[in-house]
Amino acid sequence: MSRKTRANSQVGVWRLNLLRLMFITIVLSLGWRLADIQVFNADFLRNQGDARHIRNVEVIAHRGMILDRHGEPLAISTPVHSVWLNPQVFDGDSTEITILAKTLGIRTKSINKKIKNNKKREFVYLKRRVTPEVANKVDNLNITGLALQREYKRYYPMGEVTSHLVGFTNIDDMGQEGLELMHDDVLTGLPGLKKMVRDSRGNYVEGGEQLKPTKDGQNIQLSIDLRLQYLTYQSLKEAVTHYRAKSGSAVVLDTRTGEVLAMVNQPSFNPNNRRGLKSSDYRNRAVTDLFEPGSTVKPFTMASGLQSGKFVPSSIIDTRPGTLKISGHTIKDFRDYGQIDMATLIQKSSNVGASKIALALKPEDLWHDFAAFGMAEPTGGYFPGEATGSLPDPQKWRELDRATLSYGYGLALSALQLARGYMVLANGGILQPISFIKLTEKSVGRRVYSSNVMNQVVIMMEGVVEEGGTAKLAAVENYHVAGKTGTVKKASRGGYAEKQYLSLFAGIIPSSKPRLAMVVMIDDPKGEEYYGGLVAGPVFSKVMTGAMRLLNIPPDDLPVNELQVAEK
Amino acid sequence: MLLAVMASAISVVYTKHQSRVEFVALQKLEQHRDDLDEEWGRLLLEQSTWASPGRVEHQAKIKLDMIIPMARSTVVLNP
Repeated sequence: MSRKTRANSQVGVWRLNLLRLMFITIVLSLGWRLADIQVFNADFLRNQGDARHIRNVEVIAHRGMILDRHGEPLAISTPVHSVWLNPQVFDGDSTEITILAKTLGIRTKSINKKIKNNKKREFVYLKRRVTPEVANKVDNLNITGLALQREYKRYYPMGEVTSHLVGFTNIDDMGQEGLELMHDDVLTGLPGLKKMVRDSRGNYVEGGEQLKPTKDGQNIQLSIDLRLQYLTYQSLKEAVTHYRAKSGSAVVLDTRTGEVLAMVNQPSFNPNNRRGLKSSDYRNRAVTDLFEPGSTVKPFTMASGLQSGKFVPSSIIDTRPGTLKISGHTIKDFRDYGQIDMATLIQKSSNVGASKIALALKPEDLWHDFAAFGMAEPTGGYFPGEATGSLPDPQKWRELDRATLSYGYGLALSALQLARGYMVLANGGILQPISFIKLTEKSVGRRVYSSNVMNQVVIMMEGVVEEGGTAKLAAVENYHVAGKTGTVKKASRGGYAEKQYLSLFAGIIPSSKPRLAMVVMIDDPKGEEYYGGLVAGPVFSKVMTGAMRLLNIPPDDLPVNELQVAEK
Repeated sequence: MLLAVMASAISVVYTKHQSRVEFVALQKLEQHRDDLDEEWGRLLLEQSTWASPGRVEHQAKIKLDMIIPMARSTVVLNP
């Protein structure tokens, strides 16, 4: 019994040992596998796992608003949804696809085609930027592999009124034109990043981590006064339509700060629907297009004359016989004005008189005095596509060039530059940089003329809108206006076109204590009237009458005999 | 030692869970904020459409028979 037991137990021990060995091997191999997975291959496997379930998702930053100076919105980003699908997991049947196509307003075929053509992709846009109602309907269809992505669409509530100035963005919300382009980095912000977990069907499940916070874009506040902008837009449009003109521009500046209060162009466009528009339609002509300013620069010629000391306001200039012949070219006046002083010269806009003043001055001085008004230099507004204009080199001037410069031919500038030049007249000889942004503190200008010279010129210019002047229609009741008309023959290939004109009016108001400067430019008005005073002058008058009321600027030309001033 | 390791392990799990919960809450709030933003943007647009100078001018002239006063009928008060 005992031997048997021993033998049995010996067999038992051997078996037991085998069993033990097996268990130990199993444990060891498991341990090895564990170490293999957990220690040696851990990174690789973790990456593989993450790649299947974790996605870093970009969170789109909100684009800042563009506001006018009183906080009225000119451009707003509102969230919209784009519909996309994942062709790999999409499981909509044909009826669902038909319903989807109907909801989105696209063709069933194109959906099928998109799924077929992108079999290997995980992301295909079906339709971008749908209305919230449509997005809701799509959401309610509940088809696997179909999802919505939040994006922002830009709206321009003022449409045509501010389109050239504000510009617009493209479908990816990047600034393309105008101030949207100019301040793109401030408006854009930085997109955030978050880590999201997906289930096996590719839908995001709740939970995740924020890797990078979203930094929303900042709002910018423009110097534009929407009420003035609208008034200017309306008045310019009326004039351009009435005279069937090719185009038109108008700029209103605050002469104390250099801020642009209004800037409009015709023809305009609707930035909310840009279908069928050419890139030339987007141009902000008031800044990008150059023209010869014609008689509107005569105040600059007068300033140069006074600056030289060779002329005083009462100097008599002989414009007889109304023509002046210089190197074979005849400069003509409208009629013979005889012997006139400088104020009458401006009032009647005598080309002969202006030429005589210019010819009496040293070319370098004349050039310098013109350049002092900011000709041929950037305005400081940095608007995209801004043109700097040109003022020819005085060393190459012939006598005729000097004469024609005095009444605005042979140099080129933009409407904004001209307005800036008039701002120098308005604020007593300080050349101020232009700003499209509302200023919190006054920008630093530079003195280019003495206030004495400027005041003398401004007083001379008051005659232009008075009885006997060239722009009676530009007058504003109860206010003194200092302005100047311009009727410019348009340059075309091989000389000047016979019957094509630019009608201009530039002015400052109230001239005894100027607040606003405005330039109106109307290109190629058709019909009998084309004089600057008749075509562009009324636009000035209309806008400024409204502007004085809107900005609450006290009148400086009240009739004294009427009891309209109530003293406190 | 073992206890400390266990405790720290459990607390890691717990805080991870907490952070998930908080993140979900944050996302819900963000969603809510975005919805409110959306609505605000829409209302802002609506407001600016109703209050656009063009509309106001039209309403004032046509419906209310208002006119811009002539300079003659304006009284200026000097403070």
